[in-house]
This record gives sequence, structure tokens and C-alpha cells, in this order.
Amino acid sequence: MTITADKAMPQSLPGRARKTISLAGFFRASRGDSPFKRLIIHSILIACCVAAIYPVLRVISVSLRPGDRLLSTSLAIIPADASLENYRVLLSDTDFLLWLWNSTVITASTAVIGVILAASAAYAFSRWKFPGRNPAMVFLLATQMIPAAMLMVPLYILAVRTGMIGTYRGLVLVYCVTAIPFSIWILKGYYDTIPRDLEEAALIDGASRLGTFWRIILPLSTPSLAIVFLFNFTQAWNDYLFARVIIANADEIWTWALGLRTLQDQFRTQWGQFSAGSILVTIPVVILFLYSSKYLISGLTLGSVKG
Amino acid sequence: MDTLLAQLAPSLREVGSTVAFILLGSIVLEVLIYLLMGKVLKSKYTLPAMLVGPAAVGLLALVVYPLIWEFNLSLTNMSLRRFGDKAEYTWIACQAADPATIKNWLTDCLLRNYVDVFRAPVLKQAYILPVFLRTVLWTFLNVVFHVAGGMGLALLLNRPMRGRGLYRALLILPWAIPQVIAVLAWRGEFHFEYGYFNIILTRIGLDPIQWKTDPVWNFVSMVMTNVWLGVPFMMVILLGGMQSISGEYYEAAEMDGATGVQQFRHITLPLLRPVITPAIILGTIWTFNQFNVPFLINQNELETSDILVTALFRAAFQYNRYGFSAAFAFVVFLVLLVYSVLYVRVTGGLREVAE
Repeated sequence: MTITADKAMPQSLPGRARKTISLAGFFRASRGDSPFKRLIIHSILIACCVAAIYPVLRVISVSLRPGDRLLSTSLAIIPADASLENYRVLLSDTDFLLWLWNSTVITASTAVIGVILAASAAYAFSRWKFPGRNPAMVFLLATQMIPAAMLMVPLYILAVRTGMIGTYRGLVLVYCVTAIPFSIWILKGYYDTIPRDLEEAALIDGASRLGTFWRIILPLSTPSLAIVFLFNFTQAWNDYLFARVIIANADEIWTWALGLRTLQDQFRTQWGQFSAGSILVTIPVVILFLYSSKYLISGLTLGSVKG
Repeated sequence: MDTLLAQLAPSLREVGSTVAFILLGSIVLEVLIYLLMGKVLKSKYTLPAMLVGPAAVGLLALVVYPLIWEFNLSLTNMSLRRFGDKAEYTWIACQAADPATIKNWLTDCLLRNYVDVFRAPVLKQAYILPVFLRTVLWTFLNVVFHVAGGMGLALLLNRPMRGRGLYRALLILPWAIPQVIAVLAWRGEFHFEYGYFNIILTRIGLDPIQWKTDPVWNFVSMVMTNVWLGVPFMMVILLGGMQSISGEYYEAAEMDGATGVQQFRHITLPLLRPVITPAIILGTIWTFNQFNVPFLINQNELETSDILVTALFRAAFQYNRYGFSAAFAFVVFLVLLVYSVLYVRVTGGLREVAE
């Protein structure tokens, strides 16, 4: 660690002022760093960026290769005779669209229900000191420590017993409940930062407790509600383990994770189609992620700092 | 396409009925709470109880109840053979011909599964101790590389310079990609003939590596994949922490003639502690519980690459020893619990997280 950390910017400034500073930093050379040092820093960063994106570029490259040249030892990113054949085969000959559809309905309903349940519960945790509140908060934190793998055995057997194995219902119920504890923590942290005066004023004006929650708290918490929605959404969208345990035997319900996995199977490797499917699934997720990562991270730190 | 069209209506019907079921259940629950607490008990906590109600019932039904049920299961002899009928599996009772031969009823009978976790192989050949040690090694290597890599990149990025936003966006990419896809893509790159590691190795004149069949290299490939996946999170968290450190400290230190290394040791590290401690705890728990990487890279082939959670999956769903794997699950959970308690005791961390 010979790199100095002496260029910490005055980050206590609010967002707008900070933006202008980093913009200014973009146009002028950073003060103090010698050209040689800057060269080193940039080359390390570029090397790391290459390491970060090269596997992704490879997937793009494989997805563009025509069928007869899938297995090749060429390292070129854009293959010589690029074609969209794999995408066509994927969309017409496999159940990819069905998998995407299944993932979408399961994930969307999960996220909506999860947010509704967590948003109301978090309000109670934030505004009332009801008996059992602190143990409940600790319990919610403790659930984060339970390995998902620990729940899979009882959930599998109980799902078989209740006939929920291989159904959308089983998966939706599991997803929306497993995301609740984290959502409650994030939302409670955010609600805590909203001054109570606002609600008290409304209460004096004759609003009901639920009315203040609906008209004041929820509109003010839109950013954190969005974060929690996204968290619920990505959690369910990217899940493999629970889908594997609960719906592996019913291929008409498969999510994309189960489907793509079979394209990359031990005995049936369809690299081209797998890669094409990966790209189609990844692009919207990455765009959403890059767009929301700022809020996601501020939401995370806000929750942990404020408690 | 045809399958999609055929599945469209049933899927909507089923998901719709599930949502309706949850809503209806919530309404019934709210009315019950309202009548019981509001009208009968006249409690002042009626409204919070109504707000928490549905989430609490969900957690009780799908987390707490399954765990209690699993504990009961861990005392039984349930396996695939006894799966179907409720009556067929029981608490492990000793059926020795002569009761006098049973030395200790507790360990030989009731807690038999727990004893077996330590005494018998948890998989076909692997005993728990090697699997546990491998899990510790796995967690340790990953967290060290995550923190070191994340810290290095955060230090490099924490300065005004050209292209900072672009670097950040590119470096964050491994975190943004769905994990299943990233891991499966990496698995492809460990292919003996067509994966790029072996292509590069053969091009520079070295022998290609048996990534999938050699136990050591298989483990190395798992670690490489997970390091690649985990560095961005640490980088973002640490960068966020660094940016909240006021620049005045560094100016003062510079005036006193402190070197960059000294500034890092005496300013950055101590001030980052409230960020680093929870990040390490979380990172350790996540890595310890990491299922996708070991499971999808190895795809249940080499037993020598299993960590505790994948061994758990295999014991339950490949060998169908349900009662045994329930006991195994509680042992794994205890390990995690002991670690967390010790870590929090030693570092005094998490205090800022837990109010």
C-alpha cells in the first residue's frame, strides 16, 4: 500500500456541490500527483477493468459465433463471421421466452407483496415501542445469518407435504418472506429519519394514524421504497437455490436460472445459446443496477448508520 | 413459443390466486387482530400489531416453523424410503435386541444424527472436519482477497482524476451481473480445451491445467471466481467510507510531514473501522454461506471441492438423508453463530449497527 490517500475530497458537501468538484477534477489534472504516478494509477485501474469485464466480453463473443465455430480457441472478441444465429435458435427452439416469463411473473408479484408487508411492519417498528420490539429487531437481524441452505430441507419437505412443490405459489411465498427482514431494517432506518413533527401536525389537524402513514410517510419514503423493491426484485430474479429445490421437477415453471443452467450442462453444452440467453438476461439487470447503485448504497449506509 | 402461450393463462391464474390468497389472509388476520386486541383487550398497541401482523405471520410460517420442524426432523430417521407416509419415520429409537447393550440412550438413539455428523462421513467419503477446514480456508482466502482488492481499488479511485466514474462503473460490473450467469460463464472458461485460461497457458508454452478434475485446481478455480465476484462490493463500501472522511485530517497530517503510508495507517484505517467491521462480518457470513459458486462451478462432481453448505445440499438432495442433513444443518448454523458471537465480542463491532 504505497499509494497515498491524500486526495480525499471534501465529501461532507451535499451532492450538488460535490458533483461540481468531481467534474472540475475531471478536467484538471489532480494536484500533487506526478505524471509518472498518474500513469501507474491509470494502468493499474485499466488492468483491473479489463479483468472485470473480460469474462463478460467473452460471453458476448461466444454468443455471436456461428454454430460450427462455437468451440474455438480464438481469443478475438468479435468473431470473424459474427452472426445472430444463436439468438434466433435460443428464441425459437428453446423455452427461453417461457423461462423469462416465469421469472417475471414470480419476481414481480414477489416484490410487490414483499414491499407492502415490509413497509407497514417497518412503520410499526419505527414509531411504536411495543413490547417485544427489540427482541424482534434482533431476530430479524439473526435471520440474515441463517444459511439459505439450512431452510431448504424443511421447506422442500413441507412443500411436498402441502402440494406446493413444482408450483408458482410455493416459490412466490418463499421469496416474499425471505426478503422481509432485510427490507424491514432498511425501511425502519429510513422512517426514523423522517421528523415526527410532520405527523404530529397532521394528527392535530385530525388525520388518523393510518392516514398520516399513507399521506406523509409513504410519499416521503419513495426512494427507500424503490430500493427495497429493487432488492426484493433482484433477490428473487437472481435466485437459483430455492428455485432448484422447489420447482426443479416442473420444467413448465422453470425460471431463467434453471433453464440457462441446463444449457450449460455436463452432457449437453450449448455454449452459444447459453451465452445469448445470458446476454439477454443480463443487459436489463445491469442497466437497472448501474442506475440504482447510488441509491442502493446510500440506502444501505443510511440504514446502518442511523439504526 | 408454443409452450409459452400454453403456459400463459395457467401461470397468471396461479400467481393471481396466490396474491389473492395472501391479500385475503392478511384481511382476515387484520380483522382478527382488530377484534381481539382493539375490542376485547382494548390494547393501545392494536395498530402496530395490525401493521406487523402479516409480515410476522409470514416469517413465523416460512422461517420459524420450518426451523422448529427441521429440529424435530433432525432427531428422526427420515430418508427417501420413509418419505411418503407420515407414520413411517420416527424419532430414532434403539431397536437393539438387548436394551442392556445400549450404553447411552441420548447419544446412541435420540441424538444419533448429530453424533453421526461428527463420527461418520457426511458425504460418501468426506468427513466433516476436512469439509469444515476447507470452508474456513475458502472463507478466509476470499475475504482477504475481497478486502485487499477492494481497499486497493478504493484507494486508487478516491482521488480527483480523469475517468473516475467510468472506472467505477466498469469495476462494479461483476457485482451487477446475475450471479448464476457469471458463475456459469466462468465455469465455461475453466473448460480444458476451450477455456481461456488453458488457451493462454498453452500459447505461452505451459501445460494446460485440469481445472475440473484436479481437486486443488478445482478449489483454486472456485476461489478465483468468487474473488472476482466479491471485490466490487467491498470496493464500493470502502470507497463510500473513505469519502466520508474529512479532507482536513489529511491536510493536517501532510503539514506535519506524514507519509502516505502513515496517513493510511493512522487516519484512513482507524476512521474506516465502523465501515470495515460490519463489512467483514457480512462478507464472512456471505462467503461461508456462498452456495452458487461452489455448487455451479463444481456441479456436485468432486467431493473434495464441497464446502459445508454444498455438502449439506448434497447430503439432502443427492443422498436423500433428510434426517441426517437436518442435524448437519444445525451444526453448520452453530459454527456460524459461534463465529459471529466471537467476532462481535472481540472487535466490539456491530454496536453501531444494532442501535
